[in-house]
Amino acid sequence: MEEIKEQIGHMPRIGEPAPAFEAVTTHGKLKLEDFKGSWLILFSHPADFTPVCTTEFIAFTEIHPELQKRGVELLGLSVDSVSSHIAWARNVEEKTKVKIPFPIIADLNKEVSLAYGMIHPGQSKTETVRCVFIIDPNQIIRTILYYPLTTGRNMDEILRIIDALQTTDKNAVATPANWRPGDMVVVPPPNTQEMAEERLKQGYECTDWYLCKKKL
Amino acid sequence: MACISPDGKPTESGSKMLRALQAGLKSPEEISNEAGLPLFRVRSGLRELTEAGLASQKGDRYELSPKGGEVLGASST
Repeated sequence: MEEIKEQIGHMPRIGEPAPAFEAVTTHGKLKLEDFKGSWLILFSHPADFTPVCTTEFIAFTEIHPELQKRGVELLGLSVDSVSSHIAWARNVEEKTKVKIPFPIIADLNKEVSLAYGMIHPGQSKTETVRCVFIIDPNQIIRTILYYPLTTGRNMDEILRIIDALQTTDKNAVATPANWRPGDMVVVPPPNTQEMAEERLKQGYECTDWYLCKKKL
Repeated sequence: MACISPDGKPTESGSKMLRALQAGLKSPEEISNEAGLPLFRVRSGLRELTEAGLASQKGDRYELSPKGGEVLGASST
């Protein structure tokens, strides 16, 4: 356990550059920099041929067209071999008619898993937990989600986060709790007393000077 | 290798990229549009094709090498 804890070292954080990697995948050798200019969802699953992971891969495939519309690529990862990934993807297609369209990293030496803090020894010393890293076109980590081995991820939330991040970037606003595209957005809070007073005259829907919303 | 099979022949995606290069120098973005492949696949594929001597890089753009032309001709016959 101590040895694994030492290997984990630095955990990536939101706002930091995503750790660079070159990895063997089901689509050949890929580098992080190959995704420059696109949004990237890098996600890990515990193991191939396991039930929750299979439901997640089907669900990720189902949202893949929506992600493509938003300029987002998907990249899976587990500590399994390429042969295992290929066999599992073929099995999923045979049994469910769902063809997995995105690459999956075969991280047998755990190089990427450890760089991204995907191994949580309290859950498993050998398998990655269910991580989601949302990386922007400049390769900065914008969101990190961790789910335990027993809980499958929520695709609606992943799409919602992408929509929220892209809306935030485009309009310099923030998004309130449970925000959905089309809902009002939060205007950034004022930094000075003058701005706070002006804020109340700008036609926003304000609860008070620090909480104002507007339609986009 | 995603673009070149173990027998040295280009795969379907490798052939698509080589065909896109037939008309001259292209950027990865242009190849991606023409070949209908995601940009990340094109970038990694160009590394493979260049290492195998089937394409060459000039600045930010790529072109078909004489060997790439031969391989493409042989694979289409």
